[in-house]
Amino acid sequence: MTTTPERVHDDSRVTAFEDNDHKPVGHGRMLRKEDPRFVRGRGRYVDDVQLPGMLHLAILRSPMAHARILSVDTSLAEAHPKVRLVVTGAMLAEKGLAWMPTLSNDVQAVLATDKVRFQGQEVAFVVAEDRYAARDALELIDVDYEPLDPVVDVRTALAPEAPVIRDDLEGKADNHCFDWETGDAAATDAVFARADVVVSEDIVYPRVHPAPMETCGAVADYDDIDGKLTLWSTTQAPHAHRTLYAIVAGLPEHKIRVIAPDIGGGFGNKVPIYPGYVCAIVGSLLTGKPVKWMEDRSENLISTGFARDYIMRGEIAATSDGRILAIRTHVLADHGAFNGTAAPVKYPAGFFGVFTGSYDIEAAYCKMTAVYTNKAPGGVAYACSFRITEAVYLVERIVDCLAYELKMDPAALRLKNFIRPEQFPYATKTGWTYDSGNYEPTMRLSMELAGYDQLRAEQAEKRARGELMGIGISFFTEAVGAGPRKDMDILGLGMADGCELRVHPTGKAVVRLSVQTQGQGHETTFAQIVAEEIGIPPQDIEVVHGDTDQTPFGLGTYGSRSTPVSGAAAALVARKVRDKARLIASAMLEVSVADLEWTKGAFHVKGDPSASVTIQDIAMRAHGAGDLPDGVEGGLEAQICYNPENLTYPHGAYICVVDIDPGTAKVTVRRFVAVDDCGTRINPMIIEGQVHGGLTDGVGMALMEMISFDEDGNCLGGSLMDYLIPTALEVPDWETGFTVTPSPHHPIGAKGVGESATVGSPPAIVNAVVDALKPFGIRHADMPLTPSRVWEAMQGRPTPPI
Amino acid sequence: MQVTMTVNGEEVTREIEGRLLLVHFLRDHLALTGTHWGCDTSNCGTCVVWLDGEPVKSCTVLAAMAGGHDVTTVEGLARGGELDPVQRGFMECHGLQCGFCTPGMMMTARALLDRNPDPSAGEIREAISGQICRCTGYATIVRSIQWAAAEEAGTRTTLAADDDDDADADYGAVTAEAESVPAGGSAS
Repeated sequence: MTTTPERVHDDSRVTAFEDNDHKPVGHGRMLRKEDPRFVRGRGRYVDDVQLPGMLHLAILRSPMAHARILSVDTSLAEAHPKVRLVVTGAMLAEKGLAWMPTLSNDVQAVLATDKVRFQGQEVAFVVAEDRYAARDALELIDVDYEPLDPVVDVRTALAPEAPVIRDDLEGKADNHCFDWETGDAAATDAVFARADVVVSEDIVYPRVHPAPMETCGAVADYDDIDGKLTLWSTTQAPHAHRTLYAIVAGLPEHKIRVIAPDIGGGFGNKVPIYPGYVCAIVGSLLTGKPVKWMEDRSENLISTGFARDYIMRGEIAATSDGRILAIRTHVLADHGAFNGTAAPVKYPAGFFGVFTGSYDIEAAYCKMTAVYTNKAPGGVAYACSFRITEAVYLVERIVDCLAYELKMDPAALRLKNFIRPEQFPYATKTGWTYDSGNYEPTMRLSMELAGYDQLRAEQAEKRARGELMGIGISFFTEAVGAGPRKDMDILGLGMADGCELRVHPTGKAVVRLSVQTQGQGHETTFAQIVAEEIGIPPQDIEVVHGDTDQTPFGLGTYGSRSTPVSGAAAALVARKVRDKARLIASAMLEVSVADLEWTKGAFHVKGDPSASVTIQDIAMRAHGAGDLPDGVEGGLEAQICYNPENLTYPHGAYICVVDIDPGTAKVTVRRFVAVDDCGTRINPMIIEGQVHGGLTDGVGMALMEMISFDEDGNCLGGSLMDYLIPTALEVPDWETGFTVTPSPHHPIGAKGVGESATVGSPPAIVNAVVDALKPFGIRHADMPLTPSRVWEAMQGRPTPPI
Repeated sequence: MQVTMTVNGEEVTREIEGRLLLVHFLRDHLALTGTHWGCDTSNCGTCVVWLDGEPVKSCTVLAAMAGGHDVTTVEGLARGGELDPVQRGFMECHGLQCGFCTPGMMMTARALLDRNPDPSAGEIREAISGQICRCTGYATIVRSIQWAAAEEAGTRTTLAADDDDDADADYGAVTAEAESVPAGGSAS
């Protein structure tokens, strides 16, 4: 571990912590409005919900990866004195609820009927008077399984002799899920044919899991008098969930109220609808009582949305002096037993198409095949921005492989190939239009903060002494803020976001969002956005979110889309209110609208600063006695639905320093410098926290975390005993800095940032480890770089983890 | 069985099953839901409370074992409406995001400062290493605890005017050889 060097605080582009001005009227550092309840233990999370008569639900899960269900005997469980209900797949099938649609237009079993397809799959559920009794009763259910051969290795899933997992799909005779391609194959092949240098490397991004500290859960409360379902749930997308429940369960949408209370972290894990939610709803419908389902950690790890699991053949073509010409990749994607990937419908591989990264190249091509295996569904989660983690890892790893072959400094190679600032908006060879970027200053700042040249000198000295020190660089371009509704929808729901702002007579306000924070600080930052636009102090603005009865429709929070989409909506709705306020102000001041000037919080008469009315004065007038200008209704409020014209493309330059113990092969991340550029910065303190969290994810994925399976399909990462998440001892004190390149199309120039660090940090760490292992002649080693795997690499066996 | 214990200074008696975990007793029976449950293998530490002043993972203690003892939860951290410096430090230094690990982290932090009022960053990291946070990356938690230590050092200086204690916190410095937190301590 190391300390933050003094010099970082001297530079305005570096975030310093000491400067804590607490309540700006608008953007700037501001302490969080949500903290006072959390530090008192007064947050309200799903498992905190207690309702009169509430029952508890527990799910029986498959012990096998692949097996036919011959029979399910629930008689002993039903006889348990505290059990109210036992439900099997067969019972759900009678109601047409045994299967549900996934976010990728596949179907997933709510409870298995014909067979189980992954270990941990839902087979039956029990509703009982308390959570202990519900668990007891699970032990009393007797399921007779006929074991089938599992498909575990993604590389053999398409072999002719592979058992067919999805025999529920009509005419399905193999485990093929989908094919996808992007870019120009012929043009890319032509460039590769004339390149001086071609480097090819097989790169695995292993299966990991977002593992939020709070697991998934729900409380369903169906009121059979007024026919209304209230569902508290751990959802990142409450409105989308409401609509899907209406479609799946056949309940009218206006009779469904989804409440996402405080959520103990999401990280993409809480985007999909899980069988447990549906079971809780069914449990409440059948018992007439509120029913709580709260999964435990093992259930979370083995059955809810995993992340990554891409096997990538990366190829890069370049001139001998280091000009990158083209990138080509073939990907084998493991989607588990059901395609539950949360991605816009037209993007089955998410935004993996941005794998050309931050470089101006001539051609690119990707061909992907996705397959079914006997594993839990998922894929898009864990701050991946719809597969950009994989895309950035691929390009940043393969660029380092090229640097290795060319014997070039990896920083110099990147600097030579960056898209130049005047090229923005930049159309990539795979069809993405980057909005803005100024990459070189970001890279230079990162190198300056890290003391890059000194680090290389230190490394040379240490290498001469036989010590293993590595320096890794990652420069990434993100693509966040899904998205333009002409291209992007989730199951037919356009990816726009509503926002509603209402100013009360006394000048206090309430803003209602469609997005759903899981700790990212929306209650604070959205108040700051509105405050900046309309001059009402943030503490006078209540941010309402997470209740579908109380907030406008929108697609929720994931893919770092809140600031790009909903943040834009908040700024624009405030401007709409301000436009109306201007009309009222002109009447109050008896001047024409053209004679008015806006300064934050008040309209002034041009040339006469003493003649002014504040937004609070206007609010009272809007609700008060006396006439308003012709055509102006009473009240001061507006609503909006914002459809973004493009994504935002934040970028960053990360430098990681690792030391490897030559005796034990243990990797220590000694320093990590992260310079991020997310355009306009709404709250630097919160951005910094987002970056810190994401960097820690990177250390976890690069060095510790993996969900693996044995040959029988047993999940080997099913608890925190095996699925290792960094503690305070595995991460350094982060060093951060920033540059500002606003998004030209966003109302306040802000880009998303929440996932940048999770996307950008794993390649920096792996590049550092591989760099440290250079004396061993190693060009690539796969994550997670645990001591045993690094040791194997040092012995010349850098084998893939799967 | 019947169990009686003192929770946040108040005596409570409840009829419980012998197998009931303390975390569920606090949450489900006493509605003290600040204490969280984040794993099933005693790793995450979101359930940390004090048993007679000692931080324990309440998912790994039977409620019955707490019978006759003092339990303090996050709800008992503020006194007389005054937030503990640790609570203020977490707010001032952005030591929390989703807030799920926060109660446990603060209980450990308070216990640490009661034993060692001026811990190094390394000692703080060691002290909270039984607890997982998924949001903050820990650095701001370390700073939060240092903020609280500095705040308390400042308070002591004010109370004893001639005490020349150096109230400066050791911001950012991490010692190479972190010592583990000494056992024992006050129940306060």
